[in-house]
Amino acid sequence: MIQQDQLLQVTNLNIIFPSPKGDVHAVKDISFSLGKEKIGLVGESGSGKSVTGRAILRLLPPYAKVSAEEISFKGQDLLSFSEKELRCIRGKEISMVMQDPKYSLNPVRTVGQQISEAYIVHSKVSKSVAREQTLKMLTAVRIRNPEQVYKLYPHEVSGGMGQRIMIAMMLIPEPSLLIADEPTSALDVTVQLQVLAILDDLVTQRGMGLIFISHDLELVASFCDRVIIMYGGRIMEVINAADLHNSTHPYTRGLLNCLPRIEGRNERLSTLVRDDAWLDADFWHSNDSDGIII
Amino acid sequence: MTQFLTQKRLKKTALKILKFLLMVAITFLGLLLITFLIGRVVPIDPVLAVVGDKASHEVYERARIAMGLNLPLWQQFLIYLSSVLRGDFGTSVLTAKPVFEDILRVFPATMELAFLATLFGIFVGIPLGVISAVKRGGFLDHVSRVVGLLGYSLPIFWLALLALMIFYAKLDLLPGPGRVDVFYDGIVTPVTGFMLIDSILAGEWEIFWNALYHLIMPATLLGYFSMAYISRMTRSFMIEQLRQEYILTARVKGVAEWKVIWGHAFGNCAIPLITVVALSFGALLEGSVLTETIFAWPGLGLYLTNSLLNADMNAVLGSTIVVGSIFLGINIFSDILYKVFDPRAR
Ligand SMILES: Nc1ncnc2c1ncn2[C@@H]1O[C@H](COP(=O)(O)OP(=O)(O)OP(=O)(O)O)[C@@H](O)[C@H]1O
Ligand SMILES: [Mg+2]
Repeated sequence: MIQQDQLLQVTNLNIIFPSPKGDVHAVKDISFSLGKEKIGLVGESGSGKSVTGRAILRLLPPYAKVSAEEISFKGQDLLSFSEKELRCIRGKEISMVMQDPKYSLNPVRTVGQQISEAYIVHSKVSKSVAREQTLKMLTAVRIRNPEQVYKLYPHEVSGGMGQRIMIAMMLIPEPSLLIADEPTSALDVTVQLQVLAILDDLVTQRGMGLIFISHDLELVASFCDRVIIMYGGRIMEVINAADLHNSTHPYTRGLLNCLPRIEGRNERLSTLVRDDAWLDADFWHSNDSDGIII
Repeated sequence: MTQFLTQKRLKKTALKILKFLLMVAITFLGLLLITFLIGRVVPIDPVLAVVGDKASHEVYERARIAMGLNLPLWQQFLIYLSSVLRGDFGTSVLTAKPVFEDILRVFPATMELAFLATLFGIFVGIPLGVISAVKRGGFLDHVSRVVGLLGYSLPIFWLALLALMIFYAKLDLLPGPGRVDVFYDGIVTPVTGFMLIDSILAGEWEIFWNALYHLIMPATLLGYFSMAYISRMTRSFMIEQLRQEYILTARVKGVAEWKVIWGHAFGNCAIPLITVVALSFGALLEGSVLTETIFAWPGLGLYLTNSLLNADMNAVLGSTIVVGSIFLGINIFSDILYKVFDPRAR
C-alpha cells in the first residue's frame, strides 16, 4: 500500500544496544511506511516505541547500533546523511514532542527564547520577526496571554501549558512529520484531552504526518488512522484504526481484552497472554505474511 | 490588586534580605567568638609578652588590669568585639605595628597571586572539563584525569620546589622567589598594593613586566590546583546536564552541536560553577601559606606563618579573622550571584 504522498519509509530497522551482559536487541526487523496520516505506535513498556522514533531522527546515543535497509524521508535516504544534513531535517522536516515538559524544556531559558530558537535555527530571521512568529504560535496552541507566557521560565508553567509550549516549539518551523512520544502521559486527565485536541487540530490543519506513540490502545484507536502494534521490538500487526476491534491477531486481542469494558463490569479482566513464538520472524511469515507489513 | 501584589512581593523580598543579613551577622559573631576563645586558651600569657619575664609581681598585676584581663570573660569579649569592629586587632609583637595595618600591607600580594591563579583555573579548567565531558573516555578526558589526579595527590610545596629547581636553578627560564628582582624592590610606592597595578600607575613598565614574570611560576602552580578542581567539577556538572531531556529537545530542533553544548548544557552548569570558582578562590587566599613561604612571597600566608612561629597572637588572630571574613564575603557574593542568575532561585 504505497501512497502517493508518502513521507516516510522504514524497511527492516534493527536497533541493538551493546551491553556487558549481552546485547539488547531493542528493535528487530521492523518495516512500515507513512503518508500524510496519523499513525499510532502502541505497545507495552520496553517494546521499542521510543527508540524507533529516535532512530528516525538519528538521535540515538552513539553506542547504539542502528541498521536498516532503508530509512527514507520524502525519498531521501536519511541513513546516508551527514550530521550537518541531518540538522537541516531535524525540527524543519521531522520534529518530536517528548513525554514530560518538566524535563524537556531548558530550565534557565525563557519559554519565548526556546520557541524562537527553534524558528531561528531554520530561517535566518531577526529576533523580532522570530518573536512575532512565536507569539502567533503560542496563540495557535490556544494560549490566551502569549506576551506574558513568552517571558516565563519553564518552572513557572503548569504541565498542560508546558506541553502546549512544546507543541508550539516543535511545530513553529512547520515540519511535515511530527513524532509525539506519549505527549500526554505526564499530564492530568483533564488537560490530556485539551492538549490532544490542540495537537490533532494543528496536525490536520497543516496536513502533516504524525507518529503518535502511546500505551493507550483506545486513545490511539480513536485518534489515529492506522495503528502499529509492537511487542518485544517487533511489529505484531499494522491495522486500520476502524478495524482494530475486529483484529484476529492474538496479541492485539489480548491487549483489547485487558481493557476494562463498561458492559462487562463483573467479569475479571484477563491478563495479557504473550507467546514467545511471536518474536520468531518465521512464525509470522509462515502464517499470514501479507497482513503484517504494509 | 497589582499594587497590592507588588507590595506583598516587596515585603517578602525585604524579609528574605533581613533573614540573610541576620545569618551573616550570626556567622560573623561565631567567628569572633571562636578566635576570642582561642586567644584565651592558648598557653601564651599576653601580659608576660608585654612586660617581659623579669617584671615584678606589681608591675605584672598593673599591666594585667590595664589590659582588662581581670574582668569577667563576657566583658572581655564585649571589649574585644568592639575593638575588632573598629578594625583594632591590637599590635603585632613582631613588627610593632597595628596588626590591621600589617594585614592591609601584605594582603594585596596574596590577592594578586590568588586572582591570577583563579583566572588560570577558569580559563584552562572549564574548557578542559567541558571537553572531557563531551568526549568521555577520549584522549583529553584521560589527560584531564591524570592532571586532576596529580593535582590532588602531589603536595604543593614539593611541586613548587621542583618547579624552582627546574625553571629557575637549572634552565634559568623564570625568575626565583620574590615579587620583583631585588634591584627593583621599593622603587614604586605602593598605592593599591598590587604590584602590577602600582607599576602601571607609576609608569614603570619595566617593573610591570618583571613583576608579571615573577608571578608566572607561583600563579601557574596555584592555578594548577584550582584548575584541577574546577575542571573536575565542570566535567561532572556537564555529564549530568548532557543526559537531561532538554538536551535532546535542543537536538531535535536542529540546534548546532556546539550551541547545544555551550549554550544549553553549559548554561545550566554556569550557575553551580560560580560557587565552585568562589570556593577555590577562597581556598587560595588562605591556602597559599606553603607557596608563599617557598616563593618568599610577602603575602598573608607568609605573615601568618611568621606570626605563628613567633607566637605573635594578635597577628595570628587578626589574620584568622580577616581570612574568615573574606571567606564569608565570598560565600555571600556567590549566593547573591546564584540568586541573580538562576531563575528558579529568584
Ligand atoms: N540508551 C539506551 N541504552 C540501552 N538500552 C536502551 C536505551 N534506550 C532504550 N533501551 C532499551 O531498548 C528497549 C526499548 O526501549 P524504549 O524506550 O524504546 O521502550 P518504549 O516502548 O518506549 O517503552 P516505554 O513505553 O516505557 O516508553 C528497552 O528494553 C530499553 O531497555
Ligand atoms: Mg518510551
